[in-house]
Amino acid sequence: MIRSHDSIIVQTLGRFLIPVVQMFGLYVLFFGQYGPGGGFVGGVILGTGMILSVLIFGHNASRSRIAQRVLHGDGVGMLIYAGVGGLCMIGGGEFLNYANLEIPGLEPASRRSLGIVLTQIGVAVDVAVTAVSIVFSLSAEEIIEDSING
Amino acid sequence: MIFSFEIPLLLLLLATAAGAIMVKDLMSSILLLGTYGFTLALIWAWLGAVDVAFVEAVVGAGLATVLFLLTLFRTAPKDTRLRRPPPSLTTLIVFPLLGVLLLYAAEDLPEFGDPNSPASAHISPIYLKQSYQDSHTPNVVTSVLMDYRSLDTMIETVVIFSAGIACALLLRRET
Repeated sequence: MIRSHDSIIVQTLGRFLIPVVQMFGLYVLFFGQYGPGGGFVGGVILGTGMILSVLIFGHNASRSRIAQRVLHGDGVGMLIYAGVGGLCMIGGGEFLNYANLEIPGLEPASRRSLGIVLTQIGVAVDVAVTAVSIVFSLSAEEIIEDSING
Repeated sequence: MIFSFEIPLLLLLLATAAGAIMVKDLMSSILLLGTYGFTLALIWAWLGAVDVAFVEAVVGAGLATVLFLLTLFRTAPKDTRLRRPPPSLTTLIVFPLLGVLLLYAAEDLPEFGDPNSPASAHISPIYLKQSYQDSHTPNVVTSVLMDYRSLDTMIETVVIFSAGIACALLLRRET
């Protein structure tokens, strides 16, 4: 169990820094179409922001609430990714062939662009949730005693 | 004249890698490993692979360090004291030979950036030419990863997902 940090400097800096980190993560996620970046890196940065809030404010603080909620979302990212693939199949094409996404008024190239954005969101959600989940697993209670006695 | 950064960066890489193995304290070892990741990211950026450099900087120097530190804090103190046996004679003979063999094989690799090498002659030109017409995405790397090779990326996502599930199953006791 991680308790909140005592130092007021760390807390104030965290309160200022975490939103900036999250905004940068979203920027990297959606800028991946135009430059370096993308779903994986954006997801890791988003997850790192949540890990920072857990490390600074502790497990049960109200500021870590999002990280706690996120914990129950294992598999949502996978569902988004595979769901986009399934929508392509419903549209009459191959699995993950974004040109078959059924959106009226869009040419195939723009549909592919949209499909790339959606799958990148899926990857980002999956990676962020996994990072937070591993940190919560690593900091769970009573691991040490059990592993030594058992 | 452009100063070549490759040699100092490679030396720094070797120094941090050796330091991460040699150092007695596990905490210093983890921080040196973070430095290693950051130097590697600089080398990727220098070679022009900016996307890989970005991932290496964020994951290798950032997330992996945090996870290693949390693991270190959660282990019992007696585990962190390090006893290192001296290398055996077989190790001393086999690994230098392996290194020489790899260097010998590396002589036959194509030049860096060679347009006639198999990697850049087979299918890369088609991607570079057609990716914008196909998917309206200026970044070719994203277009290849997420569109042409989308199934691979999906399976990678499955790998990350199963890593998280495995950690939760092994380490968590309460629901």
